[in-house]
Amino acid sequence: MAWRLRLAPEKTNFDFFKHQWLTFGGSVLLMLAAFLFWGTEGLNYGIDFKGGTTLRTDSSQPIDVGAYRQAMNGLPVGDVVITEVFDPSFRADQHVAMIRLSSVEADQAVSETDLAAVKAALTNLDPAIKFVSEETVGPKVSGELVYTSILAMVVTSVGIMLYIWMRFEWQFALGGVLALLHDVFITVGIFAFFQIKFDLTIVAALLTILGYSINDTVVVFDRLRENLVKYKTMPLRDVMNLSVNETLSRTIMTSLTTLLAVGSMMVFGGDVIRGFSFAIFMGVLLGTYSSVYVAKNIVLMIGLDRSEKPKNGRPSDHEFANIDA
Amino acid sequence: MLYSPLWKRLLILALCAWGIAASLPNLFYTQVEAHNDAVTAIEANAGVATPEQTADLAKWPSFLPSALVNLGLDLRGGAHLLAEVQVADVYAQRIDSLWPDVRDALRDARDQVGAVRRMPSVPGVLRVSVGNADGMAVAVAAVQALATPVVSLTGVGQKDLEVTTEGQEIVVQLSEPERVATDTRTMQQSLEIIRRRVDAVGTREPTIQREGTDRILIQVPGLGSAAELKAIIGTTAKLTFNTVVGRTSNPAADPGPRNSLLASSDEKDVYYIVADEPVVSGEELTDAQPSFDQNSRPAVSFKFNVSGARKFGEYTSTNIGQPFAIVLDDKVISAPTIQSAIQGGSGIITGSFTLEESTNLAVLLRAGALPAKMNFLEERTIGPELGQDSIDAGQKAAVIGVVAVSLFMLASYGLFGLFANITLIINLALIFAVLSSIGGTLTLPGIAGIVLTIGMAVDANVLVYERIREELRVHKTTARAIEIGYERAMSAIIDANITTLITASVLFFLGAGPVRGFAVTLGIGIITSVFTSLLVTRLIISVWFNWRKPSEIVV
Repeated sequence: MAWRLRLAPEKTNFDFFKHQWLTFGGSVLLMLAAFLFWGTEGLNYGIDFKGGTTLRTDSSQPIDVGAYRQAMNGLPVGDVVITEVFDPSFRADQHVAMIRLSSVEADQAVSETDLAAVKAALTNLDPAIKFVSEETVGPKVSGELVYTSILAMVVTSVGIMLYIWMRFEWQFALGGVLALLHDVFITVGIFAFFQIKFDLTIVAALLTILGYSINDTVVVFDRLRENLVKYKTMPLRDVMNLSVNETLSRTIMTSLTTLLAVGSMMVFGGDVIRGFSFAIFMGVLLGTYSSVYVAKNIVLMIGLDRSEKPKNGRPSDHEFANIDA
Repeated sequence: MLYSPLWKRLLILALCAWGIAASLPNLFYTQVEAHNDAVTAIEANAGVATPEQTADLAKWPSFLPSALVNLGLDLRGGAHLLAEVQVADVYAQRIDSLWPDVRDALRDARDQVGAVRRMPSVPGVLRVSVGNADGMAVAVAAVQALATPVVSLTGVGQKDLEVTTEGQEIVVQLSEPERVATDTRTMQQSLEIIRRRVDAVGTREPTIQREGTDRILIQVPGLGSAAELKAIIGTTAKLTFNTVVGRTSNPAADPGPRNSLLASSDEKDVYYIVADEPVVSGEELTDAQPSFDQNSRPAVSFKFNVSGARKFGEYTSTNIGQPFAIVLDDKVISAPTIQSAIQGGSGIITGSFTLEESTNLAVLLRAGALPAKMNFLEERTIGPELGQDSIDAGQKAAVIGVVAVSLFMLASYGLFGLFANITLIINLALIFAVLSSIGGTLTLPGIAGIVLTIGMAVDANVLVYERIREELRVHKTTARAIEIGYERAMSAIIDANITTLITASVLFFLGAGPVRGFAVTLGIGIITSVFTSLLVTRLIISVWFNWRKPSEIVV
């Protein structure tokens, strides 16, 4: 037999419910913690959601954040946040900073003249400075973006829930979507905890997590559906364990290939996209975890009606499950 | 065993071949781009090519596909603006221009209505006080007679004016269906004017589209900054010819009712008092060209349409010896004295222009004035260096991602892993092929979407292979195990991909800009990956199987 890299033994027989209080309870705790950080620390919103201006500077001179701040002192701008950016792909003499400005007046965009004054002050401090990107988002748009993002989350979740309900049963739909929200909220919590910039691309990443994570969960559910037919009398808990064990090798394989790809994006893809890649990376980790430890636990808690339904004369409520795609 | 009809195999092979051919130009992006630019330039020049264009043309053979993926602003660099058109401005203009007609109509009924006077009011509302209260009904009827039916699909049979009374005053404003129709016209006009102005600068593939009811999204790759773009489109270039009432050096002088005090554009401390109602406005221009005056200084020559020419001719013939003002964007460019009646409707604007200014002014005049002011809600400038850095980083990440995933698949599934890797490359080619042929735009999150697809594309293969392993364990024959593997893994693969597709569509419909680019690549990636990992690997495996006829296989 040829050599093969095996990440999981050929046949596993783990009891994934054994430490349920730890795994599921841990998830619940993590979610609560995520909400806590979200509520207390708040998210470090980018200008997409808060409005304001960001400048990306690039210079051959080292950056002195204090001096930058000093240079902008007295200029007609509100909050100034300066972050130095580091990336392995930068040249040795490449020093990049992100400067976020808000207007003095609460709901106004930074005016062009004020922005020109900021740029002049920084150029005065460091003649080698270049402004490689410049973005301004007005308060009107940022408010709408918040709304659209939330709408996108809700629409996606409902869409996925409807689809799973159609193909499986409502318990699966609920379990699947709750597991999704678990992944998304914990990821948001991590962004709140580390105060990583949260902008529109992060929302795209969160939506992608929804897609990926349900993908993982669906594979387990699919096997569960198959086994429920095969082992009609086996207790639900055992059928679930069997299904997860049977798909374990695949779950690990796919998570790893995805993590390899996303990980390379995170390390080599440049700092502009790092937050996005990081969110997806975390989401894939959490998604894998939740499809093994969260989704089916919820289904087990709700319980499943395993009697033959068509008996009472009504058609089965999961008539789409048998479509052989 | 593992048989599939010949036409199916040929179709799969043809699709793969197309994918590789159609994605090929993207590997030689700069050459193909130069080639394509040369083709359009030569076409525009009626088939005549300069030597450089011929050289560019030779950079890519014409018989090969030459469609390229558009690079988004975040990769190519450029300017992005989201503008909100102040559609209500137009109501005010319409109502203001209505006043002379209302005055004339009421004057005709003077004996019943009495003296009429325009009263101050908010913009977009005309208030007229009527001297004789008993004549109110007559006055309202006279004003209502001015209303015309609304020209629109939804407002059929409705009038464009809403006339009400408030005590001694008649209140005139645009009716609701007329406002809707006006908004549509304003937006179309604004889009067209912006398009012409941006095109006049001659950049590559600008995006100018309406967003929602009153917004316009403008993206121009390769432009220096959003400020520059604003200067190109935001300049109102509102040209009017007005009666000069007086000239002063006092910036605080009171211009009197319905007159304005305007600064001179080239003389310091000179102000003109100018009548608000223009004699002729820039909308009646048919042409404007940069030219030179008698002293060889840059100037702009212009031509009016018939009605503009008539008005201008009438005005100049009755006002010989009087000055009149040429007003551009609320500044008096010049205030020459009328020497003689100007018939024929052409003239020349002189001022202290540079050659560039006169050229720009001519372009702006030709394109016409924007019907309404614009507010800029969002401005983004991305430098080309940053874009290039992002492309480089994205490429590097994609290559490393592909290599890592491939090695991993090879180590895990041996020969079958190799099959999956071949289809992974075909999958990448297909994504680029589809993107190029639909004219899709690749953004930085889009590259991330592709990298993510690399990781997830092998998922379908993993599902199938794991299933084959299981089937082999229960001692099915090898061919049967492969078949059942594909069959049983199918439902999981379809369910998993449809849910991701749901996400991609939501992102597409609700997302904007780069996020939408991500949704497009993710969506295409899902479809192509299902195709490659189900049909293409299956084809490869069946060809291999029928050739080697292995009695046992190791997956």
